[in-house]
Amino acid sequence: MVEENERPQAGFQFSNFGRNEALVARGFQMPKCRKTGTTIAGIVFKDGVVLGADTRATEGDIVADKNCCKIHYLQPNMYCCGAGTAADLEMTTQMMASQLELHRLNTGRQVPVIAANTMLKQMLFRYQGYVGAALVLGGVDKYGSHIYSIHPHGSTDRLPYTTMGSGSLAAMSVFEARWKPNMELDEAKQLVRDAIAGGVFNDLGSGSNIDLCVITKDGATMTRPYDVANVKGQRVGKYEYKRGVTEVLNTVVRPIEIVSETVKVVSEEDMDTA
Amino acid sequence: MMAGVSLTGVFTPNLWSGGPAPGQLYNFPATKTQNESRTHTMYPSTSGTSVVGLVYDGGVMVAADSLGSYGSLARFRNVKRLFRVTDKAVLACSGDIADYQFIREVIEQKVRDDEIHGYTPELNACALHCWLTRVLYNRRSRFDPLWLESVVAGYKGDTPFLGFVDKIGTAFEAKEVATGFGVHLAIPMIREAREKGNLTREAARKLLVDCLKVLYYRDCRAHFKYQLADITPEGVTIHDDLDLKQETSWEVASFVRGYD
Amino acid sequence: MAVEMAMEPDYMRDPRKHHFSPYMENGGTSIAIAGDDFVMIASDTRLTRGFNILSRNQEKVLRLTPHTMMASSGCWADVLTLSKVLQDRITMYSHEHNESMPTTAVAQMLSTMLYWRRFFPYYVANILAGLDEQGKGVVATGASVAQIQPLLDNQVAALNMKGATPPKMTKDLARQLIHDAFISAAERDINTGDGIIIHTITKEGKTEEMVKLRRD
Repeated sequence: MVEENERPQAGFQFSNFGRNEALVARGFQMPKCRKTGTTIAGIVFKDGVVLGADTRATEGDIVADKNCCKIHYLQPNMYCCGAGTAADLEMTTQMMASQLELHRLNTGRQVPVIAANTMLKQMLFRYQGYVGAALVLGGVDKYGSHIYSIHPHGSTDRLPYTTMGSGSLAAMSVFEARWKPNMELDEAKQLVRDAIAGGVFNDLGSGSNIDLCVITKDGATMTRPYDVANVKGQRVGKYEYKRGVTEVLNTVVRPIEIVSETVKVVSEEDMDTA
Repeated sequence: MMAGVSLTGVFTPNLWSGGPAPGQLYNFPATKTQNESRTHTMYPSTSGTSVVGLVYDGGVMVAADSLGSYGSLARFRNVKRLFRVTDKAVLACSGDIADYQFIREVIEQKVRDDEIHGYTPELNACALHCWLTRVLYNRRSRFDPLWLESVVAGYKGDTPFLGFVDKIGTAFEAKEVATGFGVHLAIPMIREAREKGNLTREAARKLLVDCLKVLYYRDCRAHFKYQLADITPEGVTIHDDLDLKQETSWEVASFVRGYD
Repeated sequence: MAVEMAMEPDYMRDPRKHHFSPYMENGGTSIAIAGDDFVMIASDTRLTRGFNILSRNQEKVLRLTPHTMMASSGCWADVLTLSKVLQDRITMYSHEHNESMPTTAVAQMLSTMLYWRRFFPYYVANILAGLDEQGKGVVATGASVAQIQPLLDNQVAALNMKGATPPKMTKDLARQLIHDAFISAAERDINTGDGIIIHTITKEGKTEEMVKLRRD
């Protein structure tokens, strides 16, 4: 039985905040969060929106995940690309997905994209940027097709095309040169692919594959991967080890002492067919 | 010159030269007390933004806009940041305009000296690039940097040359170089275009103008007036006072209404 | 290399403030392996600044003498300067002694030159590789990424294995190890990629080979 005061509360726990501040003041190095260098992008086209993302997650200079998914589900008509702190993105989008689902069940209608935008910005604003989530929200509802960019401090923009993450400038250069209103689906997909590829090849924080998500009034299609932009190199050698190369430094044998023995007869139970 | 970092004795330093005199303390270079007198060179004042350059089939092209920014003030709108050094070399700089104008005068005097002394091989782009790396590296080693990111374009013999040097002496040669915001915005565009096939002169010029246009859209310190230099084996052509305002499109503004 | 440099991307910094640092980390990974009658030295060809790729095609192995080469990485401005001074002094040596400078002498000189700048150091990690007077391979001072050194320790020196003996280092094995180490490093290190150039030095002369790596 969990004690009343040990039961997890809703929201964040701040009880160690004071202690941590004191530790930092004495020169303690706090562990760092995993921040993903990223390229994410979204555009509005004739029949809906296209969202795109690379699949590299980094930890400093090291690639932590070569094929992670940065396009998160929110609703059947709504997806969200994330850049920033990996844990914050995962939890924020999961929480938002469940809140939006409750909203859908409560109202019995498809959730409009603006509702997700408002809920996200209100949440992020309350945390003053400490929840490190930079998002590109895209979806289609009865009012039309929408792309929003949402910044960690809670400011938002509704735009026909946007990019975020460390590769955002590389991707934006593609959009600024080639985006136009009312594009066809194939053209739109190619444009988003090229924008993400710009980030993948020119920004060290982005890499591996390109994921796309197309949302129209008929629903969403995730294509993962849409394009394998980078193929892994082939190693020449085989690196297998013979048995016994791991050295045994010392051996301790502890006999199991039998303290007591009990035999318990369990009667056969009928199968639960309820 | 500070004690201990005399660079003139590089080749034959006396053993442990530059050390403290007997009974005295070592005077560490670049410590706070020495730095304070030079803080005015540690940041730029009037500065220029990106320079973009690329090698195409049959030549090299470089472009730079003509804005001199004073912090966030668009102070001078007609500053030239690009000049012909010889028939084989062009220099374009971003960063501190004063430092650019200084190095420009030094180079122009150098070219005149060469001419007066009858040095027949004209200063080519590769030589200028190499010389610049030494000047900039020495200034950074004296903690008195020339706040520049420069692009050297031209020819070395019959081969096109395009190089980059920055204020600490980082230098390299490449088929496409950019400085400032151009590194983030223009380089991806040029690399993408190059992957699709060879660049003719017309395609190269269009690409360069597209790059400047995107920079004008997205870089707050960029401007629509620009200079463009085209270097071929025949020589250098510099187009001054070009303008891309007519080519820009702000149509997208009509799609943005409010923030939610 | 314990270089404390601002690796945070440009957009994370206060855009109004300028600060001058004489150093910059430009990346680069190099490996060298010595055999009985050869030495192999390789580096990747990517030059970086922050999250940007400055060049995909920057050779980082310097040809110092007919039988000595050096791979340098770190602060590229320092690499350029160090290599220029080194090359000049090697030329002066060859003029004074009427023979090319031996690898061991180059190594000693490099060490002196680096220590001369003890209080304003060259931020450069060097691997010097060449043949000694007997024609044997020599590799001096090394620095490489954390992913590669354990692999080489294990596969070349047979470390961390019980009862294993180091294999006979052949050119084929050295080439394979260098190739595979770079393939793996490119998978996990964002600063390594684009391509590698593998140089082989033997008594007969030098050869080089280019291998492509992933470009992301």
